[in-house]
Amino acid sequence: MSLSELKIIANRIRRRDLRAVFEAGAGHIGGEMSVTDILTALYFAVLNVDPDAPLDPNRDRLILSKGHTALALYITLSERGFIPKDEISTYFRPHSRLNGHPDRTKVPGVETNTGPLGHGLPVGVGMAKAAKLSNAAWRTFVITGDGEMQEGSNWEAIMAAAQFKLDNLTLIIDHNRLQQGAWLAETNNIAPLAPKLEAFGWAVEEIDGHDMAAICNAMSPQSMVVGKPKCVVAHTKKGQGISFMTDNVAWHHKVPNAEQVELGMAELEAAAKSKELVQ
Amino acid sequence: MKFQNGAGELHDCRDAFTSMLEAMAERDPDIVAVCNDSVGSSKLVGFRERWPERLINVGIAEQNLVGVGAGLANGGKLPFVCAAACFLTGRALEQIKADVAYSNTNVKLCGISSGMAYGELGPTHHSTEDFAWVRAIPNIAVVAPADRIETAAATAWAAAYNGPVFLRISRVGVPDLFTESHKFELGRADMLRDGKDLTIIANGTLTHRAVCAAEILNAGGIGARVVNMASVRPIDEDAIVSAASDTGAILTCEEHTIFGGLGSAVAEVVVENVPVPLKRLGVPGIFVPTGSANFLLDEFGMSPDGIAESAIELLRKKA
Repeated sequence: MSLSELKIIANRIRRRDLRAVFEAGAGHIGGEMSVTDILTALYFAVLNVDPDAPLDPNRDRLILSKGHTALALYITLSERGFIPKDEISTYFRPHSRLNGHPDRTKVPGVETNTGPLGHGLPVGVGMAKAAKLSNAAWRTFVITGDGEMQEGSNWEAIMAAAQFKLDNLTLIIDHNRLQQGAWLAETNNIAPLAPKLEAFGWAVEEIDGHDMAAICNAMSPQSMVVGKPKCVVAHTKKGQGISFMTDNVAWHHKVPNAEQVELGMAELEAAAKSKELVQ
Repeated sequence: MKFQNGAGELHDCRDAFTSMLEAMAERDPDIVAVCNDSVGSSKLVGFRERWPERLINVGIAEQNLVGVGAGLANGGKLPFVCAAACFLTGRALEQIKADVAYSNTNVKLCGISSGMAYGELGPTHHSTEDFAWVRAIPNIAVVAPADRIETAAATAWAAAYNGPVFLRISRVGVPDLFTESHKFELGRADMLRDGKDLTIIANGTLTHRAVCAAEILNAGGIGARVVNMASVRPIDEDAIVSAASDTGAILTCEEHTIFGGLGSAVAEVVVENVPVPLKRLGVPGIFVPTGSANFLLDEFGMSPDGIAESAIELLRKKA
């Protein structure tokens, strides 16, 4: 799939996300916009997954550890054919399987139930270890938020992954520099992340998390480092794609009003028609 | 049910656990043991010698321990996650809830040296809240075997069962109560002896003490039914309702706080179905003083004589 096609899909996911948050009156739109390009690249250019065989033992595994941005995952899964596109309108509704946080027992393509932060990476370490024990080639990817890296359980997993030489494991940190209440730097400044991961024995690459080519390259099999787990520090912006939300702490889980939806949608539609996307 | 009396040589149930685990691991290459540095205390030295690759030691990191277990299960392995029961449940309870129970992963959580097995090491090392914590979580079986035979049977059952399990394994020596043919069945209690005057319901290290108490009571002309309730969740409601209807009084005994454990689980069933006088024996909601597990059990009225005394007191409340 071409970079242009990936960008068009990411733009479509953002538009659906904006509308879904408005319709549901809920979501974590800031972090959904920051992770959308990463999810798009993974599901359409990197992951070996099959919507018709979501439990194929040899599939690649993706864990969205920042489970509060489940809506972006659901929309990506619907674009990839795991769930029907029209099901997105049930998000947050009573008895919908599209809960505010993903449930693997109900939604095909979800690998583990996340929501409480700091859970995805330990589970990813177990998956990668299982593949190693089975001499299997499938890979494991985990996406965390940057604020989420404040959870101690991540560092337990980081130590174990290096000890076990899990080069089949890739951690992508959605480094949007904002957490719920304030800037990361004002809260518990875990940045810079790269030297910390390097000190723990990981191979680290820093990229622009909205540069589709950079994301794809950083996840490619060629970029794997033998004997070391890999961390991709993806520099992103909360609310990416909608100017008044970008880098704005107010949009962690704020719900836009009708006027704001119009404004945001106009920007995303303009981007969809821009030279960059249609070339 | 063949039942031997509660006397005889004492056995550490951990040995039965690891013997069965190794026997199964020999046949099933997907079985892995996961531990938090507790290779010795979980009795996994033999497993490590035989299958070093399949002994996954994450170091002293219980949250990661349980998460790794869930990931291994997702990747097609059958993980037995072993750690001291106090740390496994206390430190990693949210992982047990989200990664194992809610995610419905096929993980076997093995809480080793449960209850007050660490005795003099004190309340930090005691696991006397684990029934309450884990049984409050949906979709996870909570099992506390009473002797080495039931421990082996429950371990074999856990491997065959497809779903989350919390297995509580003591190191406090207990005599054999069951015969080798004993099969563990989830949600089924075992009546070890019958009696018409009251029922003593126990599990784990307390079952043999309950049996001894029933013998003391019997000598005094009081008939005590003894029910081993290894399966705390799901619990055998029929056995509890029958015990309440048939004998009219229930005494529970557990190596756990009386708040939220076996006694509470039994009381919930009794009160909603056949209200009868009921007394819970266990740790009485305090941080316990220094002492061995056996000393503390005696201290809290769970020596065979102590249990018998509570039974007699309870009988006075029968209409």
